[in-house]
Amino acid sequence: MPKRNDIRSILVLGSGPIVIGQACEFDYSGTQACRVLRSEGYRVILANSNPATIMTDPDFADRTYIEPLTPDFIEKIIEREKPDAVLPTLGGQTALNLAMELFARGKVGVPGTPELIGANAEAIATAEDRGKFKEAMIEIGLSVPRSGIAHTLPEAQKIVKEIGLPVIIRPAYILGGRGTGIAHTPEEFKAVVINGLAASPISEVLIETSIVGWKEYELEVMRDRNDNCVIICSIENVDAMGVHTGDSITVAPAMTLSDVEYQKMRDAAFACIRRVGVETGGSNVQFAVNPTTGEQVVIEMNPRVSRSSALASKATGFPIAKIAAKLAVGYTLDEISNDITKKTPASFEPTIDYVVVKIPRWAFEKFPGTSGVLGTQMQSVGEAMAIGRTFTESLQKALRSLEIGRFGLNCDPGEEIYMSSTDEELLEQIAIPTPERIFQIGECLRRKISIEIVAEYCKFDPWFLDQMLSIVEEREFLASHDVASLTKIEWLRAKRMGFADAQLAWLWKIAESEVRSARLALGVRPTYKAVDTCSAEFSAQTPYHYSTYEDESEIHATTKESVIILGSGPNRIGQGIEFDYCCVHASFALRDAGYETIMLNCNPETVSTDYDTSDKLYFEPLTLEDVLNVVEAETVSSGVAPKVIVGLGGQTPLNLATRLPAGLIAGTNSESIDIAEDREKWSALCEANAIAQPPGGTARNVDQAVEIANKINYPVLVRPSYVLGGRAMQIVHDETQLRNAMQEMDQAGSLGREGGLSAERPVLVDRFLEDAIEVDVDAIRDAGGEVLIGGVMEHVEQAGVHSGDSACTIPPVTLSPRIIDEIENTVKKIANALNVIGLINVQFAVVGSTVYVIEANPRASRTVPFVAKATGVPLVKVASRVMLGASLGQLRQEGLLSERVSGRHISVKEAVLPFNRFAGVDTALGPEMRSTGEVMGIDDSFARAFAKAQFAAGTTLPESGLVFVSLNDRDKSGGVEVVKGLSSLGLQIAATSGTAKYLTEHGCVVTRVVSKFSERKTVHTNFDDAVELIEAGEIVLVINTPRGYGTRSDGEAIRKAANNCRVSVVTTLSAASAAVHGMIEQHNRPFTVKSLQEFHAR
Amino acid sequence: MTRNIRPALLVLQDGSLFEGEAIGAGSSEISAPVIARGEVVFHTGLSGYQEILTDPSYAGQIITFTTPHIGNYGTTAADSESSKVFARGVIVRELARRRSNWRSDDSLDSFLKRHEVSGIAGIDTRRLTRLLRDSGAMPGAFGTADESDLRKAAASEKGTAGRNLIAQVTTTKSYVHGAGKLKVVAFDFGIKTTILNCLAEFATVHIVPATTLAADVLALSPDGIFLSNGPGDPEMVHGAPATIRELLGTGVPMFGICLGHQLMALALGGKTFKLPFGHHGANHPVRNLATNTVEITSQNHNFCVDADSLATKAEVTHINLNDNTNEGMRLLGANAFSVQYHPEAGPGPHDSRYLFGEFVARMEAR
Repeated sequence: MPKRNDIRSILVLGSGPIVIGQACEFDYSGTQACRVLRSEGYRVILANSNPATIMTDPDFADRTYIEPLTPDFIEKIIEREKPDAVLPTLGGQTALNLAMELFARGKVGVPGTPELIGANAEAIATAEDRGKFKEAMIEIGLSVPRSGIAHTLPEAQKIVKEIGLPVIIRPAYILGGRGTGIAHTPEEFKAVVINGLAASPISEVLIETSIVGWKEYELEVMRDRNDNCVIICSIENVDAMGVHTGDSITVAPAMTLSDVEYQKMRDAAFACIRRVGVETGGSNVQFAVNPTTGEQVVIEMNPRVSRSSALASKATGFPIAKIAAKLAVGYTLDEISNDITKKTPASFEPTIDYVVVKIPRWAFEKFPGTSGVLGTQMQSVGEAMAIGRTFTESLQKALRSLEIGRFGLNCDPGEEIYMSSTDEELLEQIAIPTPERIFQIGECLRRKISIEIVAEYCKFDPWFLDQMLSIVEEREFLASHDVASLTKIEWLRAKRMGFADAQLAWLWKIAESEVRSARLALGVRPTYKAVDTCSAEFSAQTPYHYSTYEDESEIHATTKESVIILGSGPNRIGQGIEFDYCCVHASFALRDAGYETIMLNCNPETVSTDYDTSDKLYFEPLTLEDVLNVVEAETVSSGVAPKVIVGLGGQTPLNLATRLPAGLIAGTNSESIDIAEDREKWSALCEANAIAQPPGGTARNVDQAVEIANKINYPVLVRPSYVLGGRAMQIVHDETQLRNAMQEMDQAGSLGREGGLSAERPVLVDRFLEDAIEVDVDAIRDAGGEVLIGGVMEHVEQAGVHSGDSACTIPPVTLSPRIIDEIENTVKKIANALNVIGLINVQFAVVGSTVYVIEANPRASRTVPFVAKATGVPLVKVASRVMLGASLGQLRQEGLLSERVSGRHISVKEAVLPFNRFAGVDTALGPEMRSTGEVMGIDDSFARAFAKAQFAAGTTLPESGLVFVSLNDRDKSGGVEVVKGLSSLGLQIAATSGTAKYLTEHGCVVTRVVSKFSERKTVHTNFDDAVELIEAGEIVLVINTPRGYGTRSDGEAIRKAANNCRVSVVTTLSAASAAVHGMIEQHNRPFTVKSLQEFHAR
Repeated sequence: MTRNIRPALLVLQDGSLFEGEAIGAGSSEISAPVIARGEVVFHTGLSGYQEILTDPSYAGQIITFTTPHIGNYGTTAADSESSKVFARGVIVRELARRRSNWRSDDSLDSFLKRHEVSGIAGIDTRRLTRLLRDSGAMPGAFGTADESDLRKAAASEKGTAGRNLIAQVTTTKSYVHGAGKLKVVAFDFGIKTTILNCLAEFATVHIVPATTLAADVLALSPDGIFLSNGPGDPEMVHGAPATIRELLGTGVPMFGICLGHQLMALALGGKTFKLPFGHHGANHPVRNLATNTVEITSQNHNFCVDADSLATKAEVTHINLNDNTNEGMRLLGANAFSVQYHPEAGPGPHDSRYLFGEFVARMEAR
């Protein structure tokens, strides 16, 4: 069956901002889909609010709508574009839920409206509605855990009486397990059910017999419209049931299933996809297996491409999203060829001759107050994947890929914290799933605690524990030898088990470089194998490689000049999809310019690790050893050393810059990078160039910090060097706070963690500029000294809120032309002084008419994709060419660099924060970045663009109801205008007495005066304080501006309550003011939609 | 800690050398030097090593598993495809030190020792697979013996082409399996237990030696005749094609799998040829030409039916989508059909089990 000709245009729904549970894997899948649909000749219309994605590049669709992913806005897009079909299965849960809402409104999937392709509404409902799904599974004879569906707490309590505790509670229509939990006691049960009902958009939870401790598996299934079904990959979770699969260490293929069991599971997966009715595309079916009886039950099914599909694609080389898109337009699997072999069809099941391990990365350190315990609700912010020939090799590679200061399964400085624990303490610890657990288990095994006992506590399959034990035993063997006495065979054995040079260096107490030279002297070098979907049965045409230590390497030589682009590793807060965007753009631009592009990265969620993004892909950890190995292998294979780009993948590659051979680095040299990172050198440079900085200094210990602070006066901003996302950055108001902050950093430093204090990594102590406007600039300088200003962004939140958590606007809205001029000139001065070749990002604080430089980073910044989309200038493409020697003038002539678009639009970027995942966390913004993603709003005025950005970020701007306002003294005068604006829109105001008094005195109407939470009476009347009002659902919006320190307790309680009850909170006056203007705009003139291509029209 | 590793070598007939360590029979420190020899092939399945090792069709061959971890889930008596291991040896990247599965009753290492089969681990199986893929299945030898002895053994080893290995694997006496309504006579050229179990779901199966004469088969008055899988070169199985030809003339429904398919083709006067490295895996896409759907199939064959040689005598029903070779046929002048692949699975996918239903339908229609 060839492709369908009855549809010509397709609306692809993206997944919006990066949030926990829905990350850049959907950029990967959406990008694949857009590319393939366009190449098939369809008109592609894309809707996605996330500017940091590759898919929203104007080149990837005919019409790209960077608009909020809400039913209202999608409806407007449908009205305007009249697509023949809507494809909702490649944009995660967001797209699926949007499709269902639009279907309910009668706007898609019914006669006279666009057809839903990929999965129809009934299939989506069958898979997503827990009750329907269970019924369907029982109908086809598959086992499911005993359960019931509840919509209220009393219903839930009736069910639990029947099936008994412990139970697992899962809300319907959620992503990443939000609101899901396990209850062992009636108290826990009540709490989890209430939370779950609130998390479900249809207030529905499934209550199910707990199968915690069972083995967990996933199968990635594809089906075409001819009913051909194939399994792409099996995945086994190392963590047993009870830990969300997104938070589990997982391995592919399944390791401990016999063929008999596997085939039974495969049959069940096919029966499931057929019954649910996913006609075309990919689905993911999850199973639990009782480890002692082998009983198999179906847990759930995702009728769409998922995070696991991205992992399965990277693990096998089979491009699930691309094929799913082709199947959605009518092709059958046997009509599509396997890209990797070119000769065989896609209608087969990949078989792999290596082992893939994925390990999540968490960010609990950024959310004080969270337990750090893993459960059925996903909390990780990113993941690293590693490929090795064996589980041990892959596990250790994955652990060092995480960039959490660990080199593998212990055998590194990080293991020292376990030394003080007793065996009993360790066993208790491994019974609780946490990010540390894998290392604690390693330590238990090192202490010779038996596998049986360890398994009893942690529920890992004994096979995995034995594999880990073999690593521990190898370490003991290595410890009894030294660098001089190890034979080549012994070296190979250690490396085949994934031991890093850094682990051996630590074990033998010598420098890593000594280990490396001893190893190379014996000729122990990695071989690079290919990922080929077929275990070498057919020859692979796609150079997708991983390292191992065996006989034969499969790298092909190139005759072209080659460039290695170092990626950004696992997503984390502060370093995510934006940097992947940069790496991908560089690869595209350099490939177009005739270079051989080589990508090196270990993040399975990204576009950069798609096998056809670059000419070659190395799926490897981004450590010095692994990077040097690839550089060496490429040099040997091609006879010429490749250039290395370190400036696009964020802090990860930048931290390697000074340790890589200087001559290889493309663009800004490592000396300049060091000057920008080293506070003393940087200050000297500013002084020499007469550039104003906030007063401050560098401290290597607490006393130095106190001395500086006394000199410059509190409040001061303390921040470690060589970090990103403001890790451990704090504003402190007195000496006690300063001493505490320094102590925290000192501890982190001794553990080798990010944001730690050490002699080489001092702490910066600056005067904190209150009420300053923060400004960010991205620019490019070429080797000839021409500087191109990419964009000047004015932050909406005042200085003190991390730039990554702040909204910002292009062009600036309040800065005078003179200030903007001064800023641009300063950027040029700095770029020249640092001899930047490529991108630079400079941050400023503007106080009145004074412009201070906060910092400069001679690398791609988080805002580059946003700037490129706001201005229509492909900044990274230009910068990557510049890094390899092109001048801006030359690129203008080529046509790659054009003028900024002259439209009158305003672009606003807003941060998206993950607070809804972390109950009990204060949502006030601060200098430590905590957002996971961003959205963009574009319109003809700041207020409208800002409002769109708010909608896109999921903030509701209500049109009626009660708004709770609580302002600090400094914000009270500015608050008057905000409150009057709210009142003019018909909203009611509630306020605490102090705020209420001030507002009333200044002509505002306060409907309700509430007492302070901290003064809560023991016997109180109804709805006495704000927390109670919020919990009772009376409040539609909270405006609460915290004042640095002191009166925090009240505000914190209010913000936490609002967070727990999913009420939007605005914590800065500037944002509140912008929001109110947006609401007025919304009231006055309905929003319209416009594509990026139209905004960019010159 | 102490390590008891016994180094071993693998040598191919082209001189290629691989270093590894001994596993299975003859791997202990006190064992005399071992040499295992045979035709080296590779299997790309992710699971099912026990079924593969006990499949009589592997007689004469050394099996390389491309999946690096082998032995993880141990072995289980119920999963054997015959009472012994017919393969000459096993080559793996990594043998599990510990097995883990609720069904398991033994470790693979101990299973190999019990069946007196040697293996070699620690091999760069990907390099070996690439080599076999490019040069074709090749004789070779491995073991703990000296390199020179292994080289001699590899050089003198003959492949499976031109060899009749049926005598090694067929039953010497007839026996009965199952108690189903229909009566099926199954020629044992090396029949797998899973095939017997599939047939037993609807039939009482009389398993007869490979050399059984047509008259003896007909004396049992069967409802259907089954031709099993088996090892070696089909053109060397003298006598069977003539017997099959005779039985085809009776109108009794006949179903053949793998070697059975090849022998049926030879009975029609067709030809077979040797594939470069064969099909050994559980992921081969096969198109059913009647329904135009794709089945993912379990395969294990080195020889293949030349579809052109059948001309007007049979209709091609299935083809392999990887290399377009013949995978199945329906006879035009007789009540018979056959497939090259393994619809019974064991190991592998169950997509094609409907073929047993077709056999039943033919028997019931008569």
